[in-house]
Amino acid sequence: MLKDITLGQYVPGESFIHKLDARVKIVLTFVYIIILFIIDQTINYALFTIFTAMLVFLSRVPIGFILKGLKPMLFILSFTAVINLFMTQGETIWSYHIVGSWSLEITKEGIVIAVLMLLRLLYLVIGTSLLTLTTSPLMLTDGIEKLLEPFKKIGVPSHEIAMMMTIAIRFIPTLAEETDKIMKAQMARGADFESGNIVRRAKAMIPLLVPLFVSAFRRADDLAVAMESRCYRGGDNRTRMKQMKATYRDAVAGAVVTLFCLVLIVNEIIL
Amino acid sequence: MKSIIKVENLSYIYQEGMPFEKHALHNVDLEIEEGDFAALIGHTGSGKSTLIQHFNALVKPTSGKIYIYGVDITSTKADLKQIRRMVGLVFQYPEHQLFEETVYKDIAFGPMNIGFSESEVKDRVYEAIRLVGIGEDKLEKSPFELSGGQKRRVAIAGVLAMKPRVLILDEPTAGLDPAGRDDILSSIRALHEAEKDMTVIFVSHSMEDVAKIAKSVIVMNDGRVFAHGSVAEVFSRGRELSKIGLNVPQITQLVLRLRELGVPLSEDIYTVDAAVEAVKAIIRGDRHA
Ligand SMILES: Nc1ncnc2c1ncn2[C@@H]1O[C@H](COP(=O)(O)OP(=O)(O)OP(=O)(O)O)[C@@H](O)[C@H]1O
Ligand SMILES: [Mg+2]
Repeated sequence: MLKDITLGQYVPGESFIHKLDARVKIVLTFVYIIILFIIDQTINYALFTIFTAMLVFLSRVPIGFILKGLKPMLFILSFTAVINLFMTQGETIWSYHIVGSWSLEITKEGIVIAVLMLLRLLYLVIGTSLLTLTTSPLMLTDGIEKLLEPFKKIGVPSHEIAMMMTIAIRFIPTLAEETDKIMKAQMARGADFESGNIVRRAKAMIPLLVPLFVSAFRRADDLAVAMESRCYRGGDNRTRMKQMKATYRDAVAGAVVTLFCLVLIVNEIIL
Repeated sequence: MKSIIKVENLSYIYQEGMPFEKHALHNVDLEIEEGDFAALIGHTGSGKSTLIQHFNALVKPTSGKIYIYGVDITSTKADLKQIRRMVGLVFQYPEHQLFEETVYKDIAFGPMNIGFSESEVKDRVYEAIRLVGIGEDKLEKSPFELSGGQKRRVAIAGVLAMKPRVLILDEPTAGLDPAGRDDILSSIRALHEAEKDMTVIFVSHSMEDVAKIAKSVIVMNDGRVFAHGSVAEVFSRGRELSKIGLNVPQITQLVLRLRELGVPLSEDIYTVDAAVEAVKAIIRGDRHA
């Protein structure tokens, strides 16, 4: 179960998408999401599908990896689809009488909305996981830091936010491993995490959670000391080993996405 | 003697089928006798921890079979609770698994899970702290207030309180100072002497520790069993061991070097005392000759 966490996982590579500047990638991902929620026309969904497929292809990330990231979302996806399917008013095409005035209905509009919602969520997950799959966590947080820099004037601690995110992402695999180890250690002492009702299961988590928190705090403390002893004191006047540089690639990517957005918006307006 | 743990053709792969899959164990065959005091050594990443986690069914083998007292624990029908009660496993840095408010409650966690009565649990807790050398005054303290070495003892007591027939310890001395190491090692040896029919397996990186307390040695290399035999048998293959990056105790190295220089010492010397006796014997012999 813990092995399925692909959040924050990075698949190293040399593709066009990998080589894009992190700042550009973040901005374009935002554009991708916004446009995804603007479009409404079927033709636009078709174009969007092609565009997303092209991105996946360009990134060279194994398709299995992207599907694995979708697995934990399966419940939410199907839940949304089912709700939309039955809850949308409109032209009824199938109904099932339950009791009294209660009945289940599927409408034509419901089907359309369910499918569109499903696609939206699907592309939302795919688009954002493409960002994390092709950008190393370090570059990602550097990019966020840079993008937040203009807001420093109004008191946004951009460096601190970026550092917090870097550390959090860095510790996901460590904590997953730790959880696995503590679980095994308690199972060796006869703990049972799998059976019983909800209350029993929640109680069974205590032997796992207490050591996990203790170890997380210990690690945090160690890290803080290690950083301090290397004279870390926040972001002021820090220089970077890898300077971010936008290249012709970023210009191309930006142009393509802009063009794509224009086409979609024009479609929305004229159709 | 009958064999208590029998491993047949065991292989294990981490994250099988994923891009990062890792073959941790290759066709391991192994038999451990009842009452043995075995050391499991091998360099980092050789698969020691993976192997011992198979012994109480925490990890299911990718292929192969494991028998405990002749019972196949890899079968789906195996009673996991029963196996884990019989085979006690103390993890590396076991003090990281402490969680209860008091030392007493923490040690009682295992026996409570088995389902013993209050009084039985109490007896077992008291017996366990006696075995690992924790004073009764500590029982009502929080485990988080103890020193590192004490925490480790409490964690070991937590497994001992389940009275396993086989006790497995993964690097019980890791991260302790020399005094702490000797303390833990001598308690483990005392434990083995007190409970003659309990089988002990401990993972170690230190050949010195192994020479001091073990009866038999299993050497792992790259997911395979490289050597298995009595301490004398295994250490006499000192040169092969150096080749796989394991250093036999310094005294054994010294003896091997002396042999190379033509000093007629026997190959199976692995403690300083034995070396002293052997050298004395030679000196005496030379004078007489
Ligand atoms: N959870 C895991 N996922 C993937 N690979 C793993 C995992 N645990 C261990 N491995 C790999 O399996 C191999 C054997 O690991 P194992 O922990 O059994 O070694 P070890 O002999 O106990 O080493 P050490 O002396 O460092 O404790 C190593 O190469 C390790 O990288
Ligand atoms: Mg290990």
